[in-house]
Amino acid sequence: MAARRTERLLNLVICLLHTRSFLTADRIRELVAGYDEAPTDEAYKRMFERDKEDLRDLGIPLETGTNSAFDDEPGYRIARRDYALPEITLEPAEAAAVGLAARMWSSASMGEAATRALRKLEAAGVELTPLPEGLQPRLEVSGAAFPALAEAVHDGRVVQFDYRTPGAAEPARRTVEPWGVVWWHGRWYLVGHDRDREAIRVFRLSRIDGDPVAVGAAGVVRRPDEVDLATIVAAYDAASPASIAQVRVRTGRCLGLRKEAVNTSRVDDDWDRLELTFHDAARLADEVLAYGADAVVEEPGEAVAAVVSRLQALARVPV
Amino acid sequence: MSGATDHLPRLLALVPWLLAHPDTPVANVAREFGITEKQVRADVNLLWMCGLPGYGPGDLMDVVWDEDRVTLSNADTIARPLRLTVDEALALVAALRTLLGVPGLVDTAAVEHALAKLEAAAGGAVDVADVAVAPDTVTDPVVVSTVADAIAAGRRLRLRYWVPARDEATERDVDPLRMFTADGAAYLVGWCHRVSDLRTFRLDRVLDLQRLDEAVDVPADVRQRALGTGTFTPAPEDRLVTLELDPPARWVADYYPCEEIAEREDGGVVVKLRARDDAWVRRVALGVAGYGRVTDPPEVAADVRDAASRALAGYEHPGAKN
Repeated sequence: MAARRTERLLNLVICLLHTRSFLTADRIRELVAGYDEAPTDEAYKRMFERDKEDLRDLGIPLETGTNSAFDDEPGYRIARRDYALPEITLEPAEAAAVGLAARMWSSASMGEAATRALRKLEAAGVELTPLPEGLQPRLEVSGAAFPALAEAVHDGRVVQFDYRTPGAAEPARRTVEPWGVVWWHGRWYLVGHDRDREAIRVFRLSRIDGDPVAVGAAGVVRRPDEVDLATIVAAYDAASPASIAQVRVRTGRCLGLRKEAVNTSRVDDDWDRLELTFHDAARLADEVLAYGADAVVEEPGEAVAAVVSRLQALARVPV
Repeated sequence: MSGATDHLPRLLALVPWLLAHPDTPVANVAREFGITEKQVRADVNLLWMCGLPGYGPGDLMDVVWDEDRVTLSNADTIARPLRLTVDEALALVAALRTLLGVPGLVDTAAVEHALAKLEAAAGGAVDVADVAVAPDTVTDPVVVSTVADAIAAGRRLRLRYWVPARDEATERDVDPLRMFTADGAAYLVGWCHRVSDLRTFRLDRVLDLQRLDEAVDVPADVRQRALGTGTFTPAPEDRLVTLELDPPARWVADYYPCEEIAEREDGGVVVKLRARDDAWVRRVALGVAGYGRVTDPPEVAADVRDAASRALAGYEHPGAKN
């Protein structure tokens, strides 16, 4: 069944690419193999509507129009120049970079999109040479947030998403005019104008819950000309204030933490107290957790809560 | 998406690919498209039923099978691949932009030229300026490029490496096998001749390095272990531990040589890695608490749970000095 439908769609694409004049729905029914299976006019109409929709979903540019001012029924065709990938040639070093880029995605959907793109380039005659197996630069897993936000930026549409702020118990809904996506020190960020807070804001993609949704019309959002996205993220990163954490560590243990301490004091024979600077409670928790019972966070409460809830999750793992 | 809407794009890519690669063994086509040989045959059988209206001999596509080699012709209408969709163009352009963030890994000019060409070919599907990148300013580009070249050429490296835990510089010869990035830093995995084992090195801690004339010389199973592609060969002295890793803990799969890596739908992975000792497993599992868990062997899983409970005890009784 599915194969016959694919066959019909392929024949439809070939027919509409081949024709120079617009073909009406009735003419298409006569010409294209597969539509003769429709028992009634009504069944054909439904079949053709669904096929048109599928072609548009696949990014195939279906044109609608009439051949002369006297035609009252619209016809269809596909313009070759809009359909086809333009000529592209890549030098060996460029092709190597593209090949390496295609395997950077950790998420399956973007990885598959990259592979499909490579196949199209190869089909267009680009030579992709095999790369050394050992080179594996990688991108942070970002789920569906990355493609959804990048597309909203491109289309100039407002986005809404649920965002977890460190310290807040519940994620909050944010409405943002997105200006661009930034890769900064191994993480993805969104930069834009936050409509509720009426200010420029930076968001970490890994703190977005669920899928962002584009709302409103395309072309509404324009990135101001003078904006430098990377500079905004850098300033945001530098501005997140460094705080002091207090961590109790067992005597003679936790050498890695001790090295980073700005101050060390003795508690008793078994324990010392370290003061550590940190920017992000989650990262502090990552560091302390590995030392298990040899390190106990005392301040701030936010880091204590993070460590405790993560230890509870681990202690509760079902057998 | 329905079956047909997945299938049609593959056929529209397969036709120009076959036209550009005449007389190709069916196995190569299968590998290229990530499908079985049986699916390739089914696809080709479907193609030669299709063509221009009239569907006479001159209208249909022609297929020639020469034993296991396939050649396609008479498909001028769809001889060019369909232009890139938004997500396809984005997947390549965004990743290329981030390559610029690891200076030394690839030729920057080549990346910029490739970006310009792809942006033009994508015909407005993507705008390079939408994705910005801040370059890594910590890692020396010369170190990155020397390591990448040595991996490609299969040559040994001599490293002067700073070990933060001991605050000392060590010198060692390393057979480089793999380089990866995680959390904004670049790492090298290689066979360290000083300890006769695989080790992971952070490239921003490499104080100095030199490419040697000796060729990389490691057994195939070590290479596979380094690349995470090896199949499990039991060694009595090491335990094989299964770890489930959610996306935030995925870096573990990159950082430690794994025997097996299985992808999960949600971007997480299930890995099997060889444990040097139980204390090491405890440390790794505690470090990813909440985002990762040991599922096998049961006694190691239990040991990790105990370690977590002991650590929790420090919080349940404030001031306790257990």
